[in-house]
Amino acid sequence: MCAAIEARERGAEVVILEHADRSMRGGNTRHTRNLRAMHSGPAHTLEGSYTGEEYWQDLLGVTGGHTDETLARLMIRRSEELPRWLHGKGVRFQPALTGTLSLARTNAFFLGGGKALLNAQYGTAEASGVRVSYNCEVKELHITRGRFGSASFLNHGVESEIAAKSVVLACGGFQANVDWMREIWGETADNFIVRGTPYNQGTVLKDLIGKGAVTTGDPAQCHAIAVDARAPKTDGGIVTRLDCVPFGIVVNRNGQRFYDEGEDFWPKRYAIWGRLIARQAEQIAYAILDSRVVDSFMPSLFPPLSADTIEQLASSLGIEAGALAGTIDQFNASVSSGSYNPEILDDCSAQDLEPPKSHWALPLDTPPFYAYPLRPGITFTYLGLKVDEHARVLFEGGKPSPNVFAAGEIMAGNIIGKGYCAGTGMTIGSVFGRLAGEHAASPREW
Amino acid sequence: MESLQQQSAVFEAQRVMNICNACRYCEGSCAVFPAMSLVRAFSDHEMHYLANLCHNCTACYHNCQYAPPHAFAVNVPVALTELRTETYEAYAWPGFLGALFRRNGLFVSLATALSLSIVLALSSMLVDPSVMFAEHSGPGSFYAVISHGVMVAVAGSTFGFSLLALSMGVRSFWRKAGPLTRARPMFSAFCGALKDMATLEYLGGGHREGCSPRDEGRSNQRRYFHQAAMWGFLLCFASTCVAAFYDYALGWVAPYPFLSLPVLLGTIGGIGLLVGPAGLFWLKLRSDRLAMPARHYGMDYAFLALLFVISLTGFLLLVLRETVAMGLMLAVHLGFVLALFLTLPYSKFVHAFYRFAALLRFNTEKPEQSRPVTVA
Ligand SMILES: Cc1cc2nc3c(=O)[nH]c(=O)nc-3n(C[C@H](O)[C@H](O)[C@H](O)COP(=O)(O)OP(=O)(O)OC[C@H]3O[C@@H](n4cnc5c(N)ncnc54)[C@H](O)[C@@H]3O)c2cc1C
Ligand code: HEM
Ligand code: SF4
Ligand code: SF4
Repeated sequence: MCAAIEARERGAEVVILEHADRSMRGGNTRHTRNLRAMHSGPAHTLEGSYTGEEYWQDLLGVTGGHTDETLARLMIRRSEELPRWLHGKGVRFQPALTGTLSLARTNAFFLGGGKALLNAQYGTAEASGVRVSYNCEVKELHITRGRFGSASFLNHGVESEIAAKSVVLACGGFQANVDWMREIWGETADNFIVRGTPYNQGTVLKDLIGKGAVTTGDPAQCHAIAVDARAPKTDGGIVTRLDCVPFGIVVNRNGQRFYDEGEDFWPKRYAIWGRLIARQAEQIAYAILDSRVVDSFMPSLFPPLSADTIEQLASSLGIEAGALAGTIDQFNASVSSGSYNPEILDDCSAQDLEPPKSHWALPLDTPPFYAYPLRPGITFTYLGLKVDEHARVLFEGGKPSPNVFAAGEIMAGNIIGKGYCAGTGMTIGSVFGRLAGEHAASPREW
Repeated sequence: MESLQQQSAVFEAQRVMNICNACRYCEGSCAVFPAMSLVRAFSDHEMHYLANLCHNCTACYHNCQYAPPHAFAVNVPVALTELRTETYEAYAWPGFLGALFRRNGLFVSLATALSLSIVLALSSMLVDPSVMFAEHSGPGSFYAVISHGVMVAVAGSTFGFSLLALSMGVRSFWRKAGPLTRARPMFSAFCGALKDMATLEYLGGGHREGCSPRDEGRSNQRRYFHQAAMWGFLLCFASTCVAAFYDYALGWVAPYPFLSLPVLLGTIGGIGLLVGPAGLFWLKLRSDRLAMPARHYGMDYAFLALLFVISLTGFLLLVLRETVAMGLMLAVHLGFVLALFLTLPYSKFVHAFYRFAALLRFNTEKPEQSRPVTVA
């Protein structure tokens, strides 16, 4: 949408081809709540200051260097004006939501969430003359030596073609494409839950890779968190995520723990749990809690399973009762007494265990006991098209295309090759979307 | 004993609020979401409170990524409006009259027809036609047609009963909502609630730019028309109070001159009651029926129409009060007013009381942060 608005403002005729119908327009963006923006002083809803350098260090930290510094710094620089620009397009902001106060300084929250942002942007775009066609699935781009000529698409199942002077690709990753995911993850992929839109199939990404576009990022890298195993296969969104991990223990099918649940603050760790669970047998895990802590985290869509004894709980989960009871006894025995405080990295730990639980370790001894079944929930994949600082897609030999641009998930791998920093997805999409729109409006010989 | 329908309205509202509580993207949109996030599991009575806190602005419907046709089918305004209407029935006093909320449009229309007939019939039977159709002028001319004593007795008793019924309803609503989770000083909470009522803050969509009843666009039309209706009503009410004061305390007898306080208040209020209900009616006709449950439109239409005709006949009376038509006009006007008073505790009017009580509760428990911030 950012690209469409920018291009239209520069006088271009703009047509958006959207696979979904109107109610599902805007893909994963529908499910978002904020974006990360640098600011040198309190700005809009953002508290304090968040310098470009700090943003860069945060990115460097989470990606472990798997990022393109030029593009990342460009994005950071241009993130500063985003809230104001979006406000001009009708988007409104609200203070950080309860339960996300740790993001109050770095992230600007959309009033009403991502769908509200989209409604405002669609309103602005359509009022300015952008045309939107729903139920149009782009199948193939006709490209010769890196130059775009036209695109084939299915409109309600009928094949059509559209020619244009330039094209902006903002059609997401390929996380919803089960076959492609299976190529990478094997059978495991069948047990993944796609948190967002079912329409991000990576059709265009695959097409372009076949046509010589340069890629960036590892196909197996993605943003994946722990979601409730009872969630729908796609489009469950934010309400299926579970923030219970640091408050209890997490075991696999065999009743064994497999990772330090209290390693660090949850916002810094939530994005590793999807991959951790993906490595367990049958890609399932169970968070076990007792009644002391069961109300300590944000509520989620499904209620926990409960039982008066660990054995009953184990049998309702299909875990061998002795194994779970053994794990819990061992855990309870090694919990050191300290002063429990979920606000800080406290001194309640279970150290002489493998793996240990470094913080917030309380013995699980107050019935009834509770369990949440967990599965890996894929947010989006990182394999993407390599772009330059004008959002142009690079083709063979690293040569930028004169008229193919990309923004958002489809090129997010340029910035985040690994890890994640909350709110960066929307910043990438908005900054590169605007760049792409700017340049796509006046394609020229570079 | 709750009916099955009441239960299903509560279940649906609980289901939806449970999803919202896990999402909270709408926290800055209105009072409902911050109030919701204070609780983890919702009792029926807490749900009743949330239902009456909702202003049915539809912002959260358009903003919701789970709105139908999504499988989760989250439609907060519809769920809460269904429940809100049930609460009017559930808290009505005396209880058996709650049933009048089920076909409320029909009830209010019939009650109006009935009271109009009664006033007309009685006045034509009891008042001599030569008096009824004579030209009157000067103080006491109204009472020549319908005696002062009758007017006061009928108005006083119906209005008195209505107030009693309304207070009983609100009392049980307040009590059953359960203990307060926290309490700010009563005075500042009261001022906060008054302010929210006077400005209709929560019809603003969180950004104060309002919500269009047709689509996801923004518009404060609904808010402004309601302001006209609400303030119009209050001014007319004030006009009546001043008139009563003139009559009883000062001994000045109606009708009053055009530039007197009661007539001025009544005129300004009356204009509000013409413009407001007409505008709301018009918006309602054009509204998106997916965002607002059309099933309950009857109640709204009936109340809007009643307010409108009361004001219209009031103006006609003002214009015609020195002509032969005055007697008839007075009877017609009073017939409609009687209908309003009679139906007051069993019509849309109750929303003002429950909503105010809900706003008062919200302001008493108010969490620190609940106002969205706009970019300077
Ligand atoms: C539950 C959830 C919460 C999130 N929360 C946040 C957050 O708070 N902050 C943040 O920064 N990021 C968040 N993200 C990540 C964020 O959603 C993405 O980074 C961002 O939305 C990507 O935008 P995009 O435009 O690239 O893709 P999308 O918004 O997914 O848009 C892609 C569009 O392309 C369409 N499309 C796909 N294929 C085709 C085709 N072949 N033909 C035609 N149309 C096609 C799709 O229908 C879709 O509308 C979240 C993601 C999820 C799933
Ligand atoms: C505490 C004060 C009041 C508040 C907070 C309030 C709020 C609201 C809100 C939010 C609506 C729209 C939602 C719905 O469909 O129910 C509404 C509708 C309505 N209100 Fe009020 N109101 C108040 C007092 C009044 C008064 C005093 C009157 C006039 C007598 C009035 C007349 C109406 C009418 C006629 C409607 C139906 C309009 C429609 O939905 O088209 N209100 N009110
Ligand atoms: S209405 Fe929808 S977007 Fe808003 S809080 Fe509820 S679930 Fe979330
Ligand atoms: S007042 Fe508006 S935003 Fe709030 S719950 Fe009701 S419809 Fe939704």
